Amino acid sequence: MTRAFRPTDLAEALRLLADVDLGARPIAGCTDLLVSKTAVGWSPAAVVDLLRLEELRGVRREGERIDVGAAVTFAELRADPLVRQHLPILAEAAATVGAWQVQNRATLGGNLANASPAGDSLPVLAALGAELQLATADGERRVAYDDFHLAYRRTALLPGELIVRVRLPVPAPDAVGAFKKVGTRAASAISKVVVAFAARAGGGVLREVRLAAGSVAPTPLRLRAAERVLEGSAPDATAADAASSAARGAVQPIDDVRSTAAYREWVLGRVVRRMVLEVGEARTRAGTAAG
Amino acid sequence: MREPYTMRGPPVPFLLASPMTPLPESDTPAPLGNATAPASGSVGARPTRPDGAGKVDGSAVYVDDLAVEGAWHGATLRSERPRARFTLDTSALTDREVVCLTAADVPGTNRIALIADDWPVLADGEARHVGEALALVAAPTRAEARAAVAELRVAYEDLPAEVDLDDALAGSARELAACAVEHGDVVSGLAQAAHVLEATYETAHQEHAYIEPQGMIAVPHDDGSVEVIGSLQCPYYVHHALVALLGCEAEGVRVRQAVTGGGFGGKEDYPDMIAAHAVLLAARAGRPVKVIYDRREDMLATTRRHPSRVRHKTGVDADGKLLAVEIEVLLDGGAYTTLSPVVLSRAVLHAAGPYACPNVRIRGRVLATNTATNGAFRGFGAPQSQFAAERQMDRVAREVGVDPLTIRERNAYRPGDVTPTGQVLGASTSAHACLAEAERRTGFRERWKALEGERAAARDDGRPRGGIGLSLCWHGVGFTGNGERRMDSPVAVRLAPGGRLVVLAASTDIGQGTQTVLAQIAAEAAGVPFEAVALAPADTAVVPDSGPTVASRTVMVVGGILARAAAELARRVREHAPGESFAAAADAWLAERGELEVVERYADDGTVFDEATYRGDAYAVHGWGADVVEVSVDPDTLVTRAERATLVCDVGKAIHPLLCAGQVEGGSLQAFGWGHLEAARLRDGRLEQDSFSTYTIPTSLDAPAMETVLLEHPGGSGPLGAKGVGEIPMDGGAPALLAAIENAVGISAARIPATPEVLFEARERGASDE
Amino acid sequence: MSERSTFRLNGREVVYEGDPLARLLDVLREAQGLTGTKEGCGEGECGSCSVLLEGAVVCSCLVPVLQVDGREVLTIEGLASDGAHGALGEVLVREGGVQCGACTPGVVVTLRALLERDPAPSRAAVREALAGNLCRCTGYEGILRAVAALVGGEESA
Ligand SMILES: Cc1cc2nc3c(=O)[nH]c(=O)nc-3n(C[C@H](O)[C@H](O)[C@H](O)COP(=O)(O)OP(=O)(O)OC[C@H]3O[C@@H](n4cnc5c(N)ncnc54)[C@H](O)[C@@H]3O)c2cc1C
Ligand code: FES
Ligand code: FES
Repeated sequence: MTRAFRPTDLAEALRLLADVDLGARPIAGCTDLLVSKTAVGWSPAAVVDLLRLEELRGVRREGERIDVGAAVTFAELRADPLVRQHLPILAEAAATVGAWQVQNRATLGGNLANASPAGDSLPVLAALGAELQLATADGERRVAYDDFHLAYRRTALLPGELIVRVRLPVPAPDAVGAFKKVGTRAASAISKVVVAFAARAGGGVLREVRLAAGSVAPTPLRLRAAERVLEGSAPDATAADAASSAARGAVQPIDDVRSTAAYREWVLGRVVRRMVLEVGEARTRAGTAAG
Repeated sequence: MREPYTMRGPPVPFLLASPMTPLPESDTPAPLGNATAPASGSVGARPTRPDGAGKVDGSAVYVDDLAVEGAWHGATLRSERPRARFTLDTSALTDREVVCLTAADVPGTNRIALIADDWPVLADGEARHVGEALALVAAPTRAEARAAVAELRVAYEDLPAEVDLDDALAGSARELAACAVEHGDVVSGLAQAAHVLEATYETAHQEHAYIEPQGMIAVPHDDGSVEVIGSLQCPYYVHHALVALLGCEAEGVRVRQAVTGGGFGGKEDYPDMIAAHAVLLAARAGRPVKVIYDRREDMLATTRRHPSRVRHKTGVDADGKLLAVEIEVLLDGGAYTTLSPVVLSRAVLHAAGPYACPNVRIRGRVLATNTATNGAFRGFGAPQSQFAAERQMDRVAREVGVDPLTIRERNAYRPGDVTPTGQVLGASTSAHACLAEAERRTGFRERWKALEGERAAARDDGRPRGGIGLSLCWHGVGFTGNGERRMDSPVAVRLAPGGRLVVLAASTDIGQGTQTVLAQIAAEAAGVPFEAVALAPADTAVVPDSGPTVASRTVMVVGGILARAAAELARRVREHAPGESFAAAADAWLAERGELEVVERYADDGTVFDEATYRGDAYAVHGWGADVVEVSVDPDTLVTRAERATLVCDVGKAIHPLLCAGQVEGGSLQAFGWGHLEAARLRDGRLEQDSFSTYTIPTSLDAPAMETVLLEHPGGSGPLGAKGVGEIPMDGGAPALLAAIENAVGISAARIPATPEVLFEARERGASDE
Repeated sequence: MSERSTFRLNGREVVYEGDPLARLLDVLREAQGLTGTKEGCGEGECGSCSVLLEGAVVCSCLVPVLQVDGREVLTIEGLASDGAHGALGEVLVREGGVQCGACTPGVVVTLRALLERDPAPSRAAVREALAGNLCRCTGYEGILRAVAALVGGEESA
């Protein structure tokens, strides 16, 4: 029978996870784990509950960063004042995960470690330039989110390593952003395509553009060709169309149980285009209002 | 006649007396509780449903909630292949505390007795669909039973499979059923037409997705009889199947319904199968056995709605009046016949829609495929064929250059019109009233035109596009043709002390409120308060076979018979002690004359139908409905949101308006789900969407705001002219939704569910007017 | 070896010994005999297994029992026995929010959590809160009607 550990400090958790003979697996909200458990009869030698670790909880501001605990749930994220104020697209994404029951349990760290290409927070973390604070019993390290998802359902996590916190730069005052999830229904839906966009738009041109999408490749993907197209451009129809084509050219989506490759590619292009146009329109409106 | 059934198989390790935990209120009738209705005359009022309190506080007992002393759990080994010869190796289970059954252990012909006896209890050497039962295991716990199944080894030798209609048409095209309707002269009708339009429409599988998965408990008794308790719609179907399977007398089987968590047709046919499995396991194990499906198993193995392909060729005059329609209905029946002939018959009889046409030819066929058997599902074929009819009507309107309401007004049936079977429609034919009410409530015609204009002028600004769509449908109430006459349907009312009445009918409450409306009907007919009526449990040892709870027949057919029985009982009681209160008269009767029970049966209503030629009165009466659906479609994603729905439905007489509205709302949302959300695709003969994660039924955020308008055009034999409301809500939702999508973005999808992918493909193929 | 989890269930302390990964749902239904909590899918999709864990609505099919150690769990049975249940239960029945009842305990649990947070939720708020409770019978309209009637608010889309 599985052994259960419920440590209350991180060092203890890491020590347990480092014990190769124990063969313990970390568990958080279990919204991924227990689904697969029911399907295949998962029965690890031991589990380590992460939900009692203070070090993995809470959202706080540290200088120019917002620092989010890995065990923070999506319900907490969507309601958090710091997140809502500075990282609205992360709050938006959190609000689209599952439904209320799932949001009360599912954690940001679980979404990262589960490494599904459809994880809704992941393109947002890419677009916001997140950095992950990881730890093993041997010490800590920091990894850029961009270097975390290596291949289909594979991450940079080492054996016994935990995601402790997710650190996100506080966006500049002229930052713009957008999030769009195209799911299988209005709520409680898995993404067919999910896109996040962040940039600075001061002076009427886009800079520091970061655009990422999920469910269009084996891992969540930065759409770098589209970013290049947009970098230094005004958010107008020409740029939007060019970014849209570049985005479509960069992905190889698949037909699966939730959608088709053709639709996914098309809708990705449409969403990217719309995001750029809406940034442009918002700028125009803001300009009109100010002038 | 075979020998009476006795327990078979080797003795079990230890035998328990297995006392049953009784179902609450099992043999004593349930009191109907606090009525908010007027003391009598409660038809048309809204008395509180008696089963409500136990459902909101969690005390209602569903089959999986029953704790049965000493029960083992059953699990099923299922085919992984759409068609294969197979051999089983069960040696892993030797010397284990389990029982394991294969086809060789099934008594008699190894068939479930339904319409055609071709449905094996366990596949015998050849599997004909993914998910077909190959072997059964029972073990002390559910986990052990599932683990034991996982240890069984199957060797498959694949055979060529036909998994959909394309395969079947290109291959063996084996017919499970066929029928045809012929009226007038289609060839000359088409020759006179100003416009002739041809198109083909398709609908996909639909899962019932009742929230309580199927399950059954079988309890063997010492006298050799067996008792079955389960989640089911039709206790006598299960009874019939088990008596045939076991070759025993009727008394050898007792079937009881537990509180049942939704059915929609899905618990009409398949419970026969689960009951058979549970009974065989229980007999072998010599103890009660509980077989409860989990969601995936339920989705894999149980029945679904028949996929359809319907071809229309329609001839109209310059004004769009129908001159001739030629329709071919093709249904995918799955691997076995089960109820396909009846589903087809209803599909064919509704295929021309609620429209008068002098020349009609409808041909229907059900083809076999190597997929799980398709079966009964709310609407029973009519939603499929009317989806096609309604979309074709919209196409005709565009061709002729009129709006969708006008084309329907020009063609919809009126009293006295003749249907394709030659039935003369009665005075309660309310198609025009439904259309007029829908127009009055929504201003459909002007809004549709305005939105057509907006679409033509729309800029690519990302704003959601609005659309509005209309449908008109009819639905025959009760069994098709002579079905009711064959059923006979005895319903009894028994007198109880204090002037209480007990209703004995086999109609089940699966959520729709049967208990409540039947009590209202009896109260009204007998002139007693609603609270004075109780319903006997749906238990074959207690109630007579008043027929299955299907075909929207409960209120009209069973209710009509019940009203006569209740009225007759009340008449006798009152005449026995004139001038006394009913309660006093009842007590006087019971004291002086003993028991009183009145049984009434189906009374010939003069309808005549020839099942060979499909001529005559196909249904005693029809319900009518018009739906208006408003959508918004995101032009960037082609995601459709159903925003509002106005659902006009002629129910004849609303016995309980709130429960009627519940049928309309719930049925309509199922129709909208079928129309655009519930993607169901096969891959290698396996339904890809096999869980609630991938098979996406509507959530509260997918549901439109619904306004239900009940019209009352009494007709038929039901109490006060009630016509039934169970199924018609399933007919109109999908075509109205697709019409609204077309109005919004100009994409006319000929296939449902019209997911964004389907709309995208339709537009890419140029099936668009943009 | 067997693992022990101790938690408060509907106000009383209970101890579970056995597989720590056992689903809270099974512990409630089988070990505790509380069958008001239903299993509709076992995958977190349908919400019919909803319970309150430390006051938050969660799917008990996705909670391993080890995680409720030291925590407070309220099921439909616990909620139905307190003073707030009567009016909600009654209005759900009266307005057509209950048909087959398979979803109903979960719906009640979710609504209780919602009403705790927002005593007069708008129609939009109720729709959002209920998105994780699938109901195949009512089309949700009856449930929304019931909440509107309970809070006495105007129906607003
Ligand atoms: C009904 C339902 C709907 C869903 N809808 C969505 C949706 O819309 N969008 C979406 O993105 N996801 C969705 N999910 C998936 C799931 O909820 C998320 O992926 C969630 O974020 C997982 O978090 P968890 O805490 O539940 O992870 P768990 O299931 O506890 O763990 C998942 C994996 O992560 C590991 N892990 C967890 N935390 C850490 C950590 N701090 N460090 C290292 N490893 C860790 C675990 O060992 C495990 O391998 C849904 C799931 C369900 C059941
Ligand atoms: S059973 Fe838990 S969500 Fe369906
Ligand atoms: S009442 Fe049946 S599922 Fe909701």
